[in-house]
Amino acid sequence: METNMLQANPQNWYLVLSTILFSIGVMGVLMRRNALIILMCIELMLNSVNLLLVSFSAYAGNSEGQVFVFFIMVVAAAEVAVGLALLVSIYRNLATTDIDVLSKLKW
Amino acid sequence: MNSQIIFFILAALSIMSALFVVFSKNPIYSVIWLIVCFFTIAGHYIMLNAQFLAIVHIIVYAGAIMVLMLFTVMLLNLNKATEPHKPLLYKVAAMVSGGLMLLVLLASMRSTELGPYAAPAYSESGFVQNVGMVLFTEFLLPFEMTSVLFIAAMIGAVVLAKKEIH
Amino acid sequence: MENLLELTNLIAPATWVPLFPLIGFLIIALFGKQLKSVSGWLASAMILVSFALTCYLFLNLPDNKDLNFELFQWMKWGNITLSFGWLIDHLSLVMMLVITGIGFLIHLYSIGYMHHDEGFSRFFSYLNLFIFFMLLLVMGNSYLIMFIGWEGVGLASYLLIGFWFKNDAYNDAAKKAFIMNRIGDLGFLLAMFFMLFHFGGLDYLTVNEAASKLGLGTLLITSITLLLFVGAMGKSAQIPLYTWLPDAMAGPTPVSALIHAATMVTAGIYMIARSNILFAMAPHTMDVVMWVGVATSIFAAVIGMKQNDIKKVLAYSTVSQLGLMFAALGMGAFESGMFHVVTHAFFKALLFLGAGSVIHAMSGEQDIRNMGGLSKYIKLTWFTFLIGTLAISGIFPFSGFFSKDEILANAFNGHTLVWILLSISSMMTAFYMFRLFFLTFSRDFRGTEDQKSHLHESPWTMTVPLIVLSVFAVIAGFWGLPVVFSETHVFANYLAPIFAESKNILTAHAHLDHSTEWMLMGIATLAALMSIGLAYYFYIQSKLLPEPDAETKGFAKWVADKFYIDELYDKVFVRPMMVLSDLFYVLVDKLVVDLLVMASAWIVGFTGRTIRLVQTGNTGLYLFLMVIGMMVFMFIQLVY
Repeated sequence: METNMLQANPQNWYLVLSTILFSIGVMGVLMRRNALIILMCIELMLNSVNLLLVSFSAYAGNSEGQVFVFFIMVVAAAEVAVGLALLVSIYRNLATTDIDVLSKLKW
Repeated sequence: MNSQIIFFILAALSIMSALFVVFSKNPIYSVIWLIVCFFTIAGHYIMLNAQFLAIVHIIVYAGAIMVLMLFTVMLLNLNKATEPHKPLLYKVAAMVSGGLMLLVLLASMRSTELGPYAAPAYSESGFVQNVGMVLFTEFLLPFEMTSVLFIAAMIGAVVLAKKEIH
Repeated sequence: MENLLELTNLIAPATWVPLFPLIGFLIIALFGKQLKSVSGWLASAMILVSFALTCYLFLNLPDNKDLNFELFQWMKWGNITLSFGWLIDHLSLVMMLVITGIGFLIHLYSIGYMHHDEGFSRFFSYLNLFIFFMLLLVMGNSYLIMFIGWEGVGLASYLLIGFWFKNDAYNDAAKKAFIMNRIGDLGFLLAMFFMLFHFGGLDYLTVNEAASKLGLGTLLITSITLLLFVGAMGKSAQIPLYTWLPDAMAGPTPVSALIHAATMVTAGIYMIARSNILFAMAPHTMDVVMWVGVATSIFAAVIGMKQNDIKKVLAYSTVSQLGLMFAALGMGAFESGMFHVVTHAFFKALLFLGAGSVIHAMSGEQDIRNMGGLSKYIKLTWFTFLIGTLAISGIFPFSGFFSKDEILANAFNGHTLVWILLSISSMMTAFYMFRLFFLTFSRDFRGTEDQKSHLHESPWTMTVPLIVLSVFAVIAGFWGLPVVFSETHVFANYLAPIFAESKNILTAHAHLDHSTEWMLMGIATLAALMSIGLAYYFYIQSKLLPEPDAETKGFAKWVADKFYIDELYDKVFVRPMMVLSDLFYVLVDKLVVDLLVMASAWIVGFTGRTIRLVQTGNTGLYLFLMVIGMMVFMFIQLVY
């Protein structure tokens, strides 16, 4: 009965929640210039998508969606490892993590 | 009724912490607020009866990724003073864009038909046993492939981050 | 169908006949560098095996039976089916024997002739390729397969004429041969399209059956046969498409012997003999064939009298003899034409190989004004060359006498004017051949001292083919003894089933009585002897010598310069074509095509130069643009 109650919320709420989180992530990516923060905002966006997937999976009674979320987490972990390594290497060369300084790649 | 209250509290917490992530001046605070946000999302997972993911989420994100972030922040010696400054116009534009994004997404979701929805009486799809069954039968090969991905990422990270020896 | 069951054991040997030269070609072309001098022997062995198989077919094919076998179905659309198969009958067997037999001898000869050449292996790979296509040409059971072989021998001829490709003049000669042949091939192609459209097939059985249902001399059959004859004109060097053959002498001498005397140039005659029913149905075309043949025969003989290059003389005599064959075909004497093809193949190959031996001895000299007195130094070549010259001049009992006599007898029997003209042409042939012979082998040596010290007889690989061919040049005539000597004409009897149907269509002439035949033979022999005497008087008694090119005047200069036909073609066809090409180059290429290309290139360059400025390198801006783009897409998706 207790678990039943836990799932009693309409799915739309989760949709709205994950959309709001995603938009906050987008806003952060646009607003901040620190590459580390941008990376964190991307993580936030990924998580909002994960939340959406889990809600669909749970409401449809299908485990496959959760397996997808698991794989997304795997990929995110790999991405963060490589992304932070890149960041360290950039910082070592330019002594900054400001993305606006990284404007060498142009016409 | 209880579940609704819990949902709203958790949702408010996650939105608030996400906003703090974006607006904190100090990167250390951002990291810590992101950890809070991840914990609230794990709470949502439990609400959705996805215990396995909730645990994995906390271990992977809060335990591994965020620690990595913190270490990087310390390694690079980032703090409030070193934080680059953006013009106000930029910030306003970013906020407007984010708001527009929200609007557009919500609008497209409204136009999406979810189909006749009946709340399931009780779903065990998120239990460790069920997820494990699917993961180790249907998705066994991709699961094993993730180890290759991790090896590649590990080697890549080492190569990128190690000091260049001239 | 029943003959198929009986003859199934002949299908495999027949299929292997052209495959051996093909295998030889592939091996030598791929591994020529490794094989080195072995390639010559390998190529000869391949042809020898083909020859043996052809002999096996010749001995085992029952009389009055053909091997008409479909190997596989090639194309099929609508109700038209084109298949790939062999037709082995007496006609194709005769050609196959000539091709593989003489082909083998010439391969053997080439081993000696070409052994200094750096392109030794390449030469033999081309020769094998040629034999393969030539066999395809004569063995196919449809015009389509004949056409494949037809084009293939054209290719091989092109490659071999331009064999010494470092010389630009030789390359030009090769291109000329190829382009001239292409004009003829267009006629052949059009004829095939006509046949496909009106008869619904291209194999000989279908075409012959459909054609014999048409009326005699209808427009359709006349145009088809005329178009076929245009193809034959190109391949067999008849007026007006003959100019490529003398130029084709640029190739190595064995090539001239094999391709441009014995086999390829007779493809046109084979084609007309093969389609004898079609031609018998078109009397107008027959007249055209005859008169073109007669004209070519006379014209080439006249030019041949004033040529001083040993190979050019032989080339013009080939053109002249081919004209004689066409005249025979045009008179409906198909078997006489084919008979002359065979005897001509022997003695003309012999003459060319002898000429090759002379050139070999003279270290590359080809001008007969610089030769003379060679009989003392190269006895065997001298003797075999004499046999060949006697044969082509039509002296009894050499082969040329019988085959020429047969054609002349046919001409006398109904076309008196043709008989007179052909007799004159024969006299001229005897004259210029003996002129060539006397100037080359008799009197004193006129070359340099250096050449004199090098004079030597050729190696055995070159002399053996000469001996074998001279034997055949003597005895080949006895397969076709005229009626006065023997009751049965072996050769004509052998080919009789092929031409039986067309003989029914053509109005038969009464047989000449024996006294007339004796008289004709007498006249021919006398005329030939007279010409020889004349040549003897001019070039031995009076010790005349052809004057240097610069001193030739008047009509003689016209003849020596081949009546300026090449120059005429150059003025009438080549120059206007060049002018037209230049015009199109300026109008179409420069103005339209280049403009379009340049404009599009400029547009791309301009937009690239302009748009690249968007790439500011500002990551923040990129992110903004990305998000805005995503929103725009979602907005569009919402609205529509």
